[in-house]
Amino acid sequence: MPSLGADMSAGTLIAWRKKVGDHVTRGDIIAEVDTDKAAIDVEVFTSGVIEKLLAQPGEKVPVGTVMAIIREEGKPATLALQREAVSAATPPGSRVTPPSVSAPAAPAPSMPAAEPGRIRISPSAKQLATELGVEPASVKGTGPGGAITREDIERAAAKRLAAAQAQPETVADRQARMRQAIASAMARSKREIPHYYLSTTIDMSRAMAWLAEDNLKRSVADRLLHGVLLIKAVALALREVPELNAVWKDGQAVQGQTIHVGVAISLRQGGLVAPALHDTDRQSLGELMRNLRDLVKRARAGSLRSSELSDPTITVTSLGEQGVEAVFGVIYPPQVALVGFGKVVERPWVAEGKIVSRPIVTATLSADHRVTDGHRGGLFLATIDRLLQDPGRL
Amino acid sequence: MSTALSPAEVKGVVVRILGEIAPEADLPLLKPDISFRDQLDIDSMDFLNFVIALHEALRVDIPEADYPKLSTLNGCVEYLAPPPEGGGGR
Repeated sequence: MPSLGADMSAGTLIAWRKKVGDHVTRGDIIAEVDTDKAAIDVEVFTSGVIEKLLAQPGEKVPVGTVMAIIREEGKPATLALQREAVSAATPPGSRVTPPSVSAPAAPAPSMPAAEPGRIRISPSAKQLATELGVEPASVKGTGPGGAITREDIERAAAKRLAAAQAQPETVADRQARMRQAIASAMARSKREIPHYYLSTTIDMSRAMAWLAEDNLKRSVADRLLHGVLLIKAVALALREVPELNAVWKDGQAVQGQTIHVGVAISLRQGGLVAPALHDTDRQSLGELMRNLRDLVKRARAGSLRSSELSDPTITVTSLGEQGVEAVFGVIYPPQVALVGFGKVVERPWVAEGKIVSRPIVTATLSADHRVTDGHRGGLFLATIDRLLQDPGRL
Repeated sequence: MSTALSPAEVKGVVVRILGEIAPEADLPLLKPDISFRDQLDIDSMDFLNFVIALHEALRVDIPEADYPKLSTLNGCVEYLAPPPEGGGGR
């Protein structure tokens, strides 16, 4: 069961999309899994033939549990759907299997994926876990150094009970679970990440004029929203300040090799998700727009892919729709930065010594002070500004 | 040039598309002179999808500069089913 975000401790298998004997290629959708936030299409991260499907539909599976065994061509069977690289819910100190690395030997199907000896848990919490029948590997520790406390075990047991009682699940239940998932991720962020905040005002007159001109050449279905320019500018600015494009893992920042900008999408029933636009910096504006439309549509229909939820290396949030001019966001762990954009508004602006009316947008950066300092953060916002002054090159 | 649409036809299409974009909305209560955005929690992506769906359903080309005219139900009717030239009756 892959971790699909900081707020996920387990997922419920809805259905397998492949059967034993099927050949799968990396990226294929192998299963559909329900999380607190949404139903997710889980992609397989290795290629080969499915040898065994271990989890049963309807089963609630803790993050890190082996769900299927896949035999790669000419190799012994591989543990599939184990922990993915972005292991937000993994207790510090436990080992993470990178998606591209195969397990060295064919494991017995009953072998637990997690290593209980490495989980930090107090003896009394461990005893309680045994009494309540809670698997410590499935519990996210909130104690010092990520240690699992008695409260964590009690919470996990209560959550499981609540989940079992809530059948069939109503829209209200689903909203409550979503709320709880967001609460857990945001509380963790504010507990662990020393945020610093920066803000700058960007003249959007060139960008908006270029956009209006460019959209004249585009058919109705291909027209761009200005938000796509902002997202692309963020992605390109990350090439110049790459330390903001990272995740915090095992006590240090790990810089992303690729730039996957997550976009915060509010859901109509309440709550939000922030799936990734893969390789954001390498997509044209037209491609980004198509992919963004598709992503929003699928986020709201509840059909996101697992990599989209586990991959983002930074998040962009835009609260301009309701007229908000600036948003100071909470970083989504394990990411180390979040960029916010407000509404584009006409405001007095001084240009060449004269007061003129200009469309402006307030860009903000919330960043992890363990990883960067305000100086680099300021440079990053200044780079976004500079890129937006030459929109034809975005 | 497509044949002229009646106001009722335009209303029907607009309400159907809005129902797809905001399935939880109580569309019979939609006020014709207040913007969709204020009544239905429509964001710019929803509005873009709305315009694309209008374009596909009615085969009309809608320049971006005209988008503000489509922000209310009355606006849509005026824009997509204009009264005949010379102010004759409908």
